[in-house]
Amino acid sequence: MIIDIASWILLLAGGGLGIVGGIGIHRFPDFYSRLHATGITDTLCAMLILLGLGLQAGWSIAAFKLALIFMFLFFTTPTASHALANAAAHSGLKPKLSSNDSDKQAPHD
Amino acid sequence: MIDIIIDITLLTFLAITSVAILRMSNLFAIVMLFGVFSLLSAGLFVVMDAPDVAFTEAAVGAGISTVLMLATLALVKRQQKPHYTEETPQTHRPWLPLLVVIVTGSALVYGTWDIPAFGDPDAPAQTHVARYYIDNALQETGVPNIVTAILASYRGFDTLGEVAVIFTAAVAVLLLIGGRRPKSPATSKDKESKIKPNLILRVVAKFLIPLIILFALYVQFHGDFGPGGGFQAGVIFSAAFILYSLVFGLDSAEKIIPANWLRILAALGLLIYAGVGIASLLLGENYLDYTPLGSNQIAGQHLGILLVELGVGITVAAAMLILFFAFAGRGRD
Repeated sequence: MIIDIASWILLLAGGGLGIVGGIGIHRFPDFYSRLHATGITDTLCAMLILLGLGLQAGWSIAAFKLALIFMFLFFTTPTASHALANAAAHSGLKPKLSSNDSDKQAPHD
Repeated sequence: MIDIIIDITLLTFLAITSVAILRMSNLFAIVMLFGVFSLLSAGLFVVMDAPDVAFTEAAVGAGISTVLMLATLALVKRQQKPHYTEETPQTHRPWLPLLVVIVTGSALVYGTWDIPAFGDPDAPAQTHVARYYIDNALQETGVPNIVTAILASYRGFDTLGEVAVIFTAAVAVLLLIGGRRPKSPATSKDKESKIKPNLILRVVAKFLIPLIILFALYVQFHGDFGPGGGFQAGVIFSAAFILYSLVFGLDSAEKIIPANWLRILAALGLLIYAGVGIASLLLGENYLDYTPLGSNQIAGQHLGILLVELGVGITVAAAMLILFFAFAGRGRD
C-alpha cells in the first residue's frame, strides 16, 4: 500500500516534470535555455518515472531491466545534452542574454 | 479503454508529424521528424502487442535510418529547393488534384467498412495459417517466441529473400558510391589532428560501446524466447560501430573493421543462411527444413533457427556498416 502510494507520487511527479519540460521547450527564447528545459525531461522526469515503475514491478526481472534502463539514461542523456550544447557552441551559436536588444544587460557570468 | 486513448493520442501525433514533414523545407528537421514518426509507429505497434515489429521499427526506422539519412544530408544541401519561384509561377490549378485525392480517399474509407475489426477471430487473416502456427509452433520447433518460429522456420524462404534484398542494397550502394579513392597519408593526418574528439563523448562512448555490443548479442540469441532476432541485433551491433566512428573518426573505425571484411561478412551471413538450406537438402529433406540437422525434430529446428538468425544478424550488421561508411566516407573526400 505504502509502496503503491510512493510509486504513484513518483510517477505523477515525473509526469508533471515532463509537462513542465515540454512547456519550457516551447516558451524559452533560445537554444541553450531550451536545452535546459529538455534536461529536466531527460534526467529527473525519466528517473522518477522509472523509479515509480520499479516500485510497481517489485523485486523481479522487470525491475532489474528498469534499473538497466536507468543506468543507460543516467549516462547517455547528460552526454547527449552536452554534445548538443557543445556542437551549438562550436558552430558559433551565441546565447541570447536579454529579452530584447534595446535594454542590453551585462551577462551574469 | 486506456488502449484506445493511447491509440488515438499516438495516431494524432503521427498525423501532426506527417503534416509537419510535408510543410517543412529544412531537410535536417525533416529527417529528425522521420525519426519521431518511426518512434511513434513503434509505440503503436507495442500497444497492438507486436513487440517484435516495434523493436524493428524503433531500431531500423528511428535509429539507423536516421543516421544514414543524416550521413546523406552531409553530402547535399540542407534546404529543400522551393517549388515555385517568382520566375516560374504556379501553372496548374489545385482543384483537379484535390478532387482526385478526395475521391480516392473516400473510396479507401468506404473500403475500410468491410474490414473485420482489429483482433476479430473470424477475420480471414486469422482463419488460414495463423491458427496452425499458434497451435503447433511450440511443439514443432520448441521456440517459445512464435514470431521467431514463423520468421525463421515456417517462412524461411521469405526471410532468405529479405536478407538477399539487404545484401543487394549494400552491393548496389557499394557499386554506386562505395569505391573511395585512397587518400594520401598527409591529408588524413592533417585532418586527424584538426578534429580532436571531445573528452566527455570519448569516455562515455568507450563505456557504452561494449554494453551496446553485449545488448546486441543478447537480442540476437534471446530472439528465440523474447522479442528480438537477427534483424534487430544486426542493426544494434552496427549502431555500436557507427557510434565509435562518429566519436573517434571514420579512419579509426575503418582500422577496426576494414572495408574488405565488411564485404566478406555481408556475403558470409547470406551464405550461412543459404548453406543451412543446402545442408538440409543434402540430409534428405526440403530446402530450409531444419529437422534433420539435429537428433530429433526440436533439436534440429532449434539449431537451424539459431544458424539462420546468426546469418541474418551478420548480413544486416555488415550491410548497415557498408551503407554508413559509403555515405560518410563520401562526405570526407
